[in-house]
Order: sequence, then C-alpha cells, then structure tokens
Amino acid sequence: MNPFRPIGKAILGFFESTGRLIVFTLTALSHCVRPPFYLRLHGQQMIDIGYYSLPVVGMTTLFAGMALGLQTYAGFSRFSAEDAIAKVVALGITRELGPVLSGLMVAGRIGAAMAAELGTMRVTEQIDALDTLSTNPHKYLIAPRIIAGLTMLPLLVFVGDIIGIFGGYVVSVYKLGFNPGIYLSETWKVLEFKDVFSGLVKAAAFGFIVTLMGCFHGYNSRGGAQGVGAATTNAVVSASILILVFNYVITELFLKI
Amino acid sequence: MTSPKIKLTNVCKRFGPKVVLDGINLEVAAGESLVIIGGSGSGKSVTLKCILGLLTPDEGTIEIDGEPVIGMKRAERERVNRNIGMLFQGGALFDSLKIWENVAFGLIQGQGKNRVEAKAIAMEKLAAVGLGPEVAELAPAELSGGMQKRVGLARAIATEPEIIFFDEPTTGLDPIMGDVINDLIVKCVRELGATAMSITHDMASARKISDRIAMLYKGKIIWEGQTAEIDNADEAHVDQFIHGRAEGPIQMELRRL
Repeated sequence: MNPFRPIGKAILGFFESTGRLIVFTLTALSHCVRPPFYLRLHGQQMIDIGYYSLPVVGMTTLFAGMALGLQTYAGFSRFSAEDAIAKVVALGITRELGPVLSGLMVAGRIGAAMAAELGTMRVTEQIDALDTLSTNPHKYLIAPRIIAGLTMLPLLVFVGDIIGIFGGYVVSVYKLGFNPGIYLSETWKVLEFKDVFSGLVKAAAFGFIVTLMGCFHGYNSRGGAQGVGAATTNAVVSASILILVFNYVITELFLKI
Repeated sequence: MTSPKIKLTNVCKRFGPKVVLDGINLEVAAGESLVIIGGSGSGKSVTLKCILGLLTPDEGTIEIDGEPVIGMKRAERERVNRNIGMLFQGGALFDSLKIWENVAFGLIQGQGKNRVEAKAIAMEKLAAVGLGPEVAELAPAELSGGMQKRVGLARAIATEPEIIFFDEPTTGLDPIMGDVINDLIVKCVRELGATAMSITHDMASARKISDRIAMLYKGKIIWEGQTAEIDNADEAHVDQFIHGRAEGPIQMELRRL
C-alpha cells in the first residue's frame, strides 16, 4: 500500500472540512443580515444564551476573581507589592479571565446543546422537513443562534466582569483586610475604556465561535445517536480551542493599537 | 396530452463508488397515486430525496409540472415546494413546537398566514386525521408513533398541496394502525385531488394506496404497471418481492459468520 495515501487523504479531508466550514459561515452570515427575520426565535435564543447562562458565568467569574485576588496577594506579597491586588484583579478579569472563562463555560453549555439539538434534528429528518416546508434551515435555525451568540456574550461578560471584580473585592476586604474605599478607588483608577472594550470584543468573537461551531457540527452530523454524540464533542472541543487561539490573536491586536 | 405532474428522466446518483440510482425513468400523471416498492437499499429514499431537492442527482432531469427543478435557485425551489406536502417515515415533527404549531408550520412560514387563522386550519386538519383538539397543545414526544404519523399527515395536507410524498407511511406501526394510516392517505389524497408518490416495502399498504406501482431494484425501475396487474407481473423479482420469499433472484447481502 502506498504510504503517502493516508497522509494525502488526511490533507484532503482537512481542506474539505475547512471549505465546508467557510461556505457554512458565509451562508449563515448572509442569512443574519437578510430578511425575513424570525424575531420570536431570535428572542428565544437570546434568552437561552444570555439569561440562562448568567448563573454559570456569574459563578465562574466570581470564584475566578476571588482566586485571582488570593494568588496575586500570595505572589506580590513576596516583594511587598500587595497594593497592586485591585489593579491586577480588575485588569485580569476584564481583559482575560472574564471573556475567556465565560466563553469556555458558554461553549460547554450552549455549544454542546446547540450541536445536540441540531444533530438530533438532522438525524430525525426535521431539517429536511424544514426544507420541504419552504423554510430555509440556515435562516430559521442558524441565523438566530449566531446573532444571539454575537450579542449576548458581550453582555454576559460585562456582567461577569463586575461580578469577578466583586469577587476580588470580597477576598481582599473581608479576608486580607484591605480598605474597601481604597480598593474600589484603585480599581476605578486603573481601568480604562480599552480594557473593558477589548474584553467585550473578545466576548463577541467567542460568542460567534461557540454558536458557529455548535451549529456547524450539529447541522452536519450523520449516523444516529453516535453521530450526534460526536458532533457535540467536536463542537465543544473545536470551540474551546478556537477561543484560546482567537484570545491570543485579539490580545495581540489590541496591544498594537 | 397533458404533461406529467412529476417526470424523472435518466436520473443517476452515486455515493462514491456505489451507484444508488442507475438511470431512473418515471412519470406520474396529475391526480395519480404511484407507489415505488423495493427492498432496503434499493434507492427508494434517494429517489424521493432527489425529487424533493434534498439531494442533487449526478445525471438526468427531474420535472415538476413541466418545470426542471435540478439546479433551481433556492427561492425558486421554495416556490415549487409550496405545492408539495411530505410525510416523513419517522414523522419528523419539530420537537420544540406544539402539535398545532407543527401542523400550521407551512401555513405560517410558507404562506404567511397569521397564527390565529393558521391554528384554525391546523385544528381542521387534525380533525381530518382523527385527532381531537386535546392533542393540539401537546408536544410531539407526548404522542404515540401512530398519532405522530397522523400529525405528520395533517402537516403534509395542511397547505392543500398539489403533490404529496409519503415515505414508508406504515413502517413501525401495528397492522391495524397501518391500515388506519392507509385509509387516511387515500381519503386525504382523494379529497385534495392531489398527485401522490409513495415509497414503501409494505405490500398491503402499496396495494391500498396506489393506482400504479413501480418496482426499484439495484437503482433501476425493473417493472411498472397498474396495481391490479402486479399479481400477474411476469417478472421474477416482483414475484419474489410481493410474496416475501427468501428464495429467488433477489439475494440479501448477508455476511456469513
């Protein structure tokens, strides 16, 4: 057997998948901006992604802020720089931890659910049924989810930022004995518009990635329950990896601005 | 002479090296009910999916009302599909919608009717398939398989289409419920004056709902004729199939242990 055959097959498979993803993305985006808009479905998805993810994102950022406060204290106290806790927590949460952790949590909650739902719809012929009922599945199923991801994740991250900073405040004030007024004023002083904005841009990108991966893998799932399971796994794994890659890319871009 | 409602000319479809449809020629006249019979893997479902536009044939032409539909633009295809109803094998009811919303889907999304008007029509159609108003507010998962098939039938006829497709309408049902579905299909198709095309391997169903039967074997139509003529068909494959014999020219691909 030709030893290059599996390598060639893998390369062709990669390009085929990439091509399909690009076509899927462009088709989905074009339906996001072209009427008709299914406002009811847009609303449902926004509530599902925005409102119902709030407890998960809130808990994640709260404990991330608390842990960051403690770790910063443990590290910075070695060279008597404990006063920097408020600054580190504020910048760490708004620029990095808030968007990344929220994105990963939403990938687990929403990306998996979308892939499973659309995958089940695919294998039970519900997506074919949409087609026969003169309804474009991209417009009816995909566009509302992507728009909801793009718009809701920044809102979630904004709330998560506040909760995360509050977590650092709680640890610093009630455990480490910092002055609450000084802590808050330090936080306020260090934060710039760019810090929060870069985090929200990341959040929008992550919202797009999570919903796109969930929809893409679910929509293209094949082969019954096993196929739906594989689609769900692929959606979460690919969204998580892409979040980390794009987090770095966006961080680089904002450092250059 | 009027042109056929559905016309397939030399339709071929391959999946990789496997030839599924090998030059199918078929015509269905307006108001006629044609049933395609054949064993598993003979290409029945692929034929139906090609006509519905869910798969694109590699060769050949498909005409609906004299209009070639292969390669049609999406909007054009949606226009054609507005005249088509489809009963899927598993029902393919939308899990996220109530029963009446499933039935009214084509009316609301395809014809732009308001929800109140569409609901009234949906209730009429549910009554036509023997389901009372008490099921209208239920979810599809709360219904038995037979009831889901009836809801699927109600959805297929809700827009009063000129053409209705039935994919294995009695599969998975007990013989009595299967006969109930057959009676409903005959009644609904007659009342609408629709053209019907069904695929099945259930001979009792095929005899009951068809005017004409065509047999598909290894991607080719090997016999077609009036339903009454099938028992006298001088064709060994047809004879074996309608009598359900293991011995004959049709050999199941069984792997020996």
